[in-house]
Amino acid sequence: MTTYIARRLLLAVLVVWGVSVLTFVLAYMVPADPARVYAGSNATAQTVAHIRQQLGLNRPLPIQYVDYVNRALHGNFGISYKLQTPVLTAIMSRFPYSAVLALAGIFVELLIGIPIGILAAVKRGSWLDHSAMGMAMLGVSAPQFWLGLILLYSFGYVWPIFPLGLAQGPTSIVLPAVTIGLGGGVWYARILRSSMLDTLSQDYVRTARAKGIRKVAVVARHALPNAISPVVTMVGLDMAYFLGGIVVVESVFGWPGIGQLAYQAIQNDDIPLIMGTVLFASVIIVLVNIVTDVLYAFLNPRIVYD
Amino acid sequence: MNTEIERTDALPYGAELEEAPVEARTQWSLVWYRFRRNKSALVGAVVVAVLIFVAIFAPWLAPHDPTKIFDNGLTLEGTPVGPGKAFLLGTDALGHDQLSRIIYGARISMTIAVVANGFAMLIGVVIGGLGGYFSGVLGMVMMRITDIMMAFPILLLAIALVAVFQPSLWIVIGVIAFVYWTPVARIIHGEVLGLKRRDFVDAARAMGLGDIRIMLRHILPHVLPVIIVYGTLGIATNVLFEAALSYLGVGVQPPTPSWGGMISDGQLYYRAAPWLVVFPGLAIMLTVLGFNLLGDGLREALDPTQRNRA
Repeated sequence: MTTYIARRLLLAVLVVWGVSVLTFVLAYMVPADPARVYAGSNATAQTVAHIRQQLGLNRPLPIQYVDYVNRALHGNFGISYKLQTPVLTAIMSRFPYSAVLALAGIFVELLIGIPIGILAAVKRGSWLDHSAMGMAMLGVSAPQFWLGLILLYSFGYVWPIFPLGLAQGPTSIVLPAVTIGLGGGVWYARILRSSMLDTLSQDYVRTARAKGIRKVAVVARHALPNAISPVVTMVGLDMAYFLGGIVVVESVFGWPGIGQLAYQAIQNDDIPLIMGTVLFASVIIVLVNIVTDVLYAFLNPRIVYD
Repeated sequence: MNTEIERTDALPYGAELEEAPVEARTQWSLVWYRFRRNKSALVGAVVVAVLIFVAIFAPWLAPHDPTKIFDNGLTLEGTPVGPGKAFLLGTDALGHDQLSRIIYGARISMTIAVVANGFAMLIGVVIGGLGGYFSGVLGMVMMRITDIMMAFPILLLAIALVAVFQPSLWIVIGVIAFVYWTPVARIIHGEVLGLKRRDFVDAARAMGLGDIRIMLRHILPHVLPVIIVYGTLGIATNVLFEAALSYLGVGVQPPTPSWGGMISDGQLYYRAAPWLVVFPGLAIMLTVLGFNLLGDGLREALDPTQRNRA
């Protein structure tokens, strides 16, 4: 297990390095002149040239890259051209918003997915199963931003239960979280249903029933713990992607998370901020995936990692 | 011995059995048999067929030119006209006919999704296949590249790429293919890795066949079902992805109608004209649903052992 984790971490370093190279090359393909972006539109040619010199933008690309990595390893990701604040500070000020939204979204996903998944499996072939799976199919087919807009229109405007627009008080998280949760939740239900169906047909479940244990207890204590691991994997994947910012949902609700920050950075040709947000999201994806796999091994001791 | 006699005694039943028609079925006719008994798969196939028809014959089906700005396309107050006789699904904020834009939007959405998916499958199958077949250094390098790609926040990567190259139909197609080949490569890699250890591959090699011939004639047919299923489900994913890009303003640019872009423009008027958000969204949902149902149906028909899987 220790060697497995060590190897995964080594691989993670390699992956993050690859992402950094790709992002760096990509960022410098942006047609805008970063020195001009930094100087602002009123700057003279002289000022722009001076800033280019100051930022070291006139040096060869590989040297700029080595310099960037060197500074990044010391926690310095540069200064955002647009915001004029350190990139890391900007990311850290937005991260709590993305984190809260990610957790709330996954909470709604589980709230929808687990009960529906279990019921659909236990009542296999019933109207409940059919309608749940039909809803699941519709849910995964609806574009997330559209679902968000419909929810916003319905529960923010027609029936004004939740606040419209920006983060206003604790209830403003409900609609974005439900937007994430609806599409993901029905997917969880689908996965859990099929995993439960496999588990419910196992001998030990029949044995438990034969011993006279009530059906509810068999499902809750014998079947569910063995059927839940695919859902754990999905939660891990979602967590990994959500923590780095959910661009579309943040955009619909004006949620000030990392997704919005990154999106605006791209719009503004703010290269240090583009680099920073993409790298941050990638590191989170890599790390959360490792944690998920380790957790998975604990939940499912039959898995042998070599 | 005893059983022999019993069987002879039961001859009338045996005779009856022999008379029952035995139909020789090929693999593909079995697949078709399973597919057409699956109602939701058929629904998916019909939806997809209708959408392809609409996309191809858009100029004949659309009541108006999608880029024409109508004089009577706005109310006296300057707001979009609601669904009604003149404009079946209403007009947008500029006075375009929405139904015509949705019909033409099918062209853009389907072209991007289908072509981008074709490229993604091609790259994924080649890289995943080669990586799996030559599972030495080459295979390892290829899989590490997919590791790196999969660690990217793909929507951000796509937005940044489109921003670099300036949005156009082909750039959007290229970018979607570039961000979506990795899952395909992963799956094909795994499949090929398992297949190449099978006896029939050893047998083919023992007969003196070359690598290319073994890959194309012996391994590829076994991977074909996976390619067909992901080739279909991938289109659904791409429709959603293209819609998200257009919604964020980095898809195909106006006046070319795209569903995501229509929703993005329409959301500004959602109080006065909610239909501008509702109908393009329904179009996206129907398209994605069609390809999802078709893909799931194909999966079940091609691999009946996976029936209960998600």
